[in-house]
Amino acid sequence: MTTVPNAYLSSVLSGEAAAWPLGRFNAAGPLGWFHQLRADAFERASALTVPTVRDEDWRFTDLSPLYRLAFRPSRAGGMVSGATIASLSLPETTTRLVFVDGQFNAALSTPALTGNVIVAPLAGAVSDYAAIIRARLGQIAPIERDAFRAINTTYLNDGAFVFAGRNASHPSPIHVLNIATQAEAAIHNRMLVIAEAGAKLTVIEDYVALGDRVYCVNAVTEVDVADNAKVRLIKLQREGSQAFHLSASAARVQQAGQYRSNTISLGARISRETIGIELAGPGAGCELDGLTLINGRQLADTHSFIDHRAPHCTSRQLHKCVAGDTAHAVFNGRILVRQDAQQTNSAQESRNLLLSPRAHVDTKPQLEILADDVKCSHGATVGQLDEEEMFYLRSRGLPESQARNLLTYAFAAAIVDRIGIPTLVDRLHQAVMEQTRTKDSL
Amino acid sequence: MIRAGAPVLLEVRDLRAKVSGIEILKGMNLTIRAGEIHAIMGPNGSGKSTFAKVLSGHPDYTVTAGTTLLDGKSIFELPPEERARAGLFLGFQYPVEIPGVANAQFLRLTYNTIQGAHGKDELDPLEFDDFVREKMKLLEMDPAFLDRSVNEGFSGGEKKRNEILQMALLEPKLAFLDETDSGLDIDALRIVAGGVNTLANANNAVVLVTHYQRLLNYIIPDYVHVMEGGRILKTGGKDLALELESRGYDWVAAAVAS
Repeated sequence: MTTVPNAYLSSVLSGEAAAWPLGRFNAAGPLGWFHQLRADAFERASALTVPTVRDEDWRFTDLSPLYRLAFRPSRAGGMVSGATIASLSLPETTTRLVFVDGQFNAALSTPALTGNVIVAPLAGAVSDYAAIIRARLGQIAPIERDAFRAINTTYLNDGAFVFAGRNASHPSPIHVLNIATQAEAAIHNRMLVIAEAGAKLTVIEDYVALGDRVYCVNAVTEVDVADNAKVRLIKLQREGSQAFHLSASAARVQQAGQYRSNTISLGARISRETIGIELAGPGAGCELDGLTLINGRQLADTHSFIDHRAPHCTSRQLHKCVAGDTAHAVFNGRILVRQDAQQTNSAQESRNLLLSPRAHVDTKPQLEILADDVKCSHGATVGQLDEEEMFYLRSRGLPESQARNLLTYAFAAAIVDRIGIPTLVDRLHQAVMEQTRTKDSL
Repeated sequence: MIRAGAPVLLEVRDLRAKVSGIEILKGMNLTIRAGEIHAIMGPNGSGKSTFAKVLSGHPDYTVTAGTTLLDGKSIFELPPEERARAGLFLGFQYPVEIPGVANAQFLRLTYNTIQGAHGKDELDPLEFDDFVREKMKLLEMDPAFLDRSVNEGFSGGEKKRNEILQMALLEPKLAFLDETDSGLDIDALRIVAGGVNTLANANNAVVLVTHYQRLLNYIIPDYVHVMEGGRILKTGGKDLALELESRGYDWVAAAVAS
């Protein structure tokens, strides 16, 4: 129990949030299940306490700067120009949902409602596809023990709904663009991705900000990967430098399904990625690539949990952190191989680079194996650049500082390259270039 | 090609060097003149690769005695990058993979750095693309290797071709090729050797560090040196390599001892 006055919690759980489920709650109507989900979440959020550094899962990530601030629910009416959208859109994508301060913006969006693929705002979809959504929403990322998910679910009235039916696929990546424009806003983004058996989807979950304001994004993404389906989630966190970004993404992967994610964290003053992957069916697999690239006073925390519940599953994870100035990066990667998960093949690697003596990284790979016939490896390095790579570049005439910059850039760019969408890769290379240049050499 | 009056490019005198506190080079002496091709042979652990790394300035190696002049100037005070700019090139035995750096970007950066050091014009990406593609033909390299990360996932032969491509771009005065033939099949060996032969001229010199005589069928050396125990035990012409191939190395040490 926290006894500290918590401006954040009292502000987000008062007023509108409290009024909505109670005031308009209608258990008997067609959306009774949805109202109930929110009402339960509100009850849960009110009962839970927000985490502090005394919680093992949050010991390196002190959210007290967030808790001291009061936020109000974001409002509709955030202004985003067509030119801004043009600069953020990707030529490789044709389907796009734009949320401005968490509110769906129809004018800027190009949903898809063709054939067996649906990309649409969740607000309408909960009525149109109630059966499909009801079985998943709030089920893959449960709220019971997580205050932030409970708060997000309390505010759940819209979000992105991405669905591919049996054996369906979408010809291009689906861009879900979340733009923050308002100061002091609490923004509760939500996404539900469903790939039915044999379906294929690539989704870009993109967070950006206009201006440099204090706001808080508390996002939840749930991904359901059915038998033999393939889902790729590219998460880009490019929030403003004073923002808070708290994100939970949870995926459940059924038999022979494949889940692949690229998580790139560049922005926000304090950010937290909580990633949960459940390998639920035999032969399921996941590949997680992560890059945290921060400087100044930024803190970026990634906690991942890969749960091997079934036999013959594979998981591969590579997470890299590059921290400059006085930035603080955290990686905690837990892998659990349950007793039934025989023939598991799992590899996890945490690689970290510190660009200044005052930058800091806490990394903790955790492997718990309860099955006896498995192949698992994990490791972490914190350090300096590779000596042989440095020598190779210098032997070709590059001065030490230039070689160092190039290798630092490469360390991060190697993760960006795995995204495989050329325009996006180019833009991120620019961002990586800017962040990895040391001041003395230019 | 041996020419009596050709300028001396490299002069190594009584060179001694250590790695991790252990002396590996124990009095190397070598003189290389412009236009010459030298081969350094010798058993494992004789100090051949150490010699290459010491010359190019690898930070793990410490020079404890002796002098080395490149083009008349002492090099041991210089960091590796300045030795490269002075015209020294090391073809790596194990070229380093650098994921995240496109080969084209790397090649242009090194090319422009060396050009800049010589006061010559640098090339922009488009100009360089034309230029490098022309050079790649020499080594029968697929231009697709420009877009890949430096050496990442390249086969052994592709890595070695990429090394010789760098030699072609940087036009060093003295190229030290450390076991460039290892891991090459016969076709790759022919191509790589052809590249080296094209690049060798009257103004530069090439040193081949190799275990096998096979490479020397393709690149004919003017001198063959046998290294053992950190120094050169014997120097001969190209026929010495054939003799080593048939008789091994032991007789050289025995002959020197007697």
